[in-house]
Amino acid sequence: MTTRAPGLPRRSLSIRQRQTLTAYTFLAVPLLFFLIVRFAPTISAFRLSLFKYSILKDTSPFIGLDNYTRLAQDENFHKALLNTALYTVIGVPAQIVLGLAVALLLGRARLFQGLLRALYFLPYITPVVAAAWVWQWLFSPQFGPVNTLLIWLHLPPQNFLTSPSQALPTTAALVVWQNLGFQIVLFLAGLAAIPRSLYEAAELDGAGGWRLFTGITLPLLNPTIVFSIVTGTIAYLQLFTQIVNLNFTDQGGPLGSTLSVAVYIYQMAFGRYEMGYAAALTVVLFVIILIITLFQLRFLTRRIEY
Amino acid sequence: MTSLPTPRPAPRSPALKVLLYVALFAGAALTLFPFAWMLLTSLKPFAELFTLGFLPQAPTTDNYAQVLQKTEYVRWFLNSLLVAGLSTLSVLFFDSLAGYTLAKFDFPGKNLIFILILATLMIPTEMLILPWYVSVVHLHLSLNTPGAYLSIMFPGLMSAFGVFLMRQFFESLPNDLLEAARIDGMGEFAIFRRVALPLVRPALASLAIFTFLGNYNSFLWPLVVIQKPEFRTLPVGVALFSGEAGTQWGLIMAASSLAVIPVLIVFAMFQKQIIEGIVLTGMKG
Repeated sequence: MTTRAPGLPRRSLSIRQRQTLTAYTFLAVPLLFFLIVRFAPTISAFRLSLFKYSILKDTSPFIGLDNYTRLAQDENFHKALLNTALYTVIGVPAQIVLGLAVALLLGRARLFQGLLRALYFLPYITPVVAAAWVWQWLFSPQFGPVNTLLIWLHLPPQNFLTSPSQALPTTAALVVWQNLGFQIVLFLAGLAAIPRSLYEAAELDGAGGWRLFTGITLPLLNPTIVFSIVTGTIAYLQLFTQIVNLNFTDQGGPLGSTLSVAVYIYQMAFGRYEMGYAAALTVVLFVIILIITLFQLRFLTRRIEY
Repeated sequence: MTSLPTPRPAPRSPALKVLLYVALFAGAALTLFPFAWMLLTSLKPFAELFTLGFLPQAPTTDNYAQVLQKTEYVRWFLNSLLVAGLSTLSVLFFDSLAGYTLAKFDFPGKNLIFILILATLMIPTEMLILPWYVSVVHLHLSLNTPGAYLSIMFPGLMSAFGVFLMRQFFESLPNDLLEAARIDGMGEFAIFRRVALPLVRPALASLAIFTFLGNYNSFLWPLVVIQKPEFRTLPVGVALFSGEAGTQWGLIMAASSLAVIPVLIVFAMFQKQIIEGIVLTGMKG
């Protein structure tokens, strides 16, 4: 700060100081918001996890790390963790591979490109709640059209959402179906940004379709694919709405086979009012998301020179 | 309808061309099948539900009439509209102001602030919900009318994604324009409001639509925080109603259709901006 006599107009501030002052004035409200609504509650959740806190009781004793030793032994939580890992491992690659495949085809279509893009995009903007109930009806064991089709093709009908082994993949399929449109548009944009001259030069050198794809398309799409993997993983690790609405009466699905970490947290916090324990579970989820995201950003991003 | 530039030329042989379009339209049909089935089922009388015909033999709007009679559908819809509308206005103003500042000003702590805002994307909603809920309960917020709407709305009043998106757009604005306005003696806020904002209108449109849809479709937090039935938003209302409807699939499908139709109308109107928003995010991702 330059010293200035009191009462002098602001003109005597340097340009840089004035910039700083304006910037912080403009950022004041957003910064306050992110501090109060995002950062402070994060710290609160950490604190909450050290108490035996229930909104129904007047006392909430400090219990140190007891909630954490409890979750280390909680088999339901382990099941939820495993299921959440399965959702992520099935869903993220599936939506990226399918999205990229459709985008590659769409990218070569001159006619109807806009129309087709819109059709594929519709499920993405549909309220998840509505989509989940439609899915339930489609895959209903006795009356669902999917089983009707199977019978018509002389294939054995399946139990889908009522089968402990099929409920999770059927749930993951709903999420993939809903996200596909977004992935397609994202990859179309990535593909459109690749200079055509690169393909032309490679074709002159006699490279075929597969070489062009692995040598040019994939490496240049890397930033888009990384963006998809990172945002997709964060979303799948928090899967909640689809699961709850696919099995409204029994949120864990048959034998707990669709229970995710988010659903389990919800049950603990708002079904049994064990807020402290639920908070400890959210801390674990947060740490998992943090580690996986940082790991992905560190090892998946490559700089491409061309 | 805008077409993105095609990176690779269309296939030359007519047979391949036909095959390409057959594959693309077959995929689209498969994608749309659940919608078609939902609409058709919602028009079937109860007796026909389990007969498995694709088209309703005796189509009826009875399911819709029942949903509208039995539920507070219009109220849910208006609640969602209010919550999503106000959140969108707030996000548009504050996110573009923050994005503009982070793109066009140079000041100590700039990068740190940007990274901190982006880092909030990694905090799971489930983690924030518990402290939010405790605060709302302690303040007795969700019991009176303005408080109830505020408690549903406040988490979405600004979004880290929006700050990121707007910063991307403002970065590409030429500085000369802003400097010229400064030389003319315009105030800093007036420059933002009257010079910078009008130039990023497409980005604002995309952000508006995404924010609106996100808040309109939001489920977990409203489900937790809404205590009185009259404050239910559409997804919460539809989910709880469907849960009670048991096997009355005609009613459930009518309720689901009623939840989808407003979104379809918005999409039909703003398709271009929605797609552009993703395109621009992806290009710079």
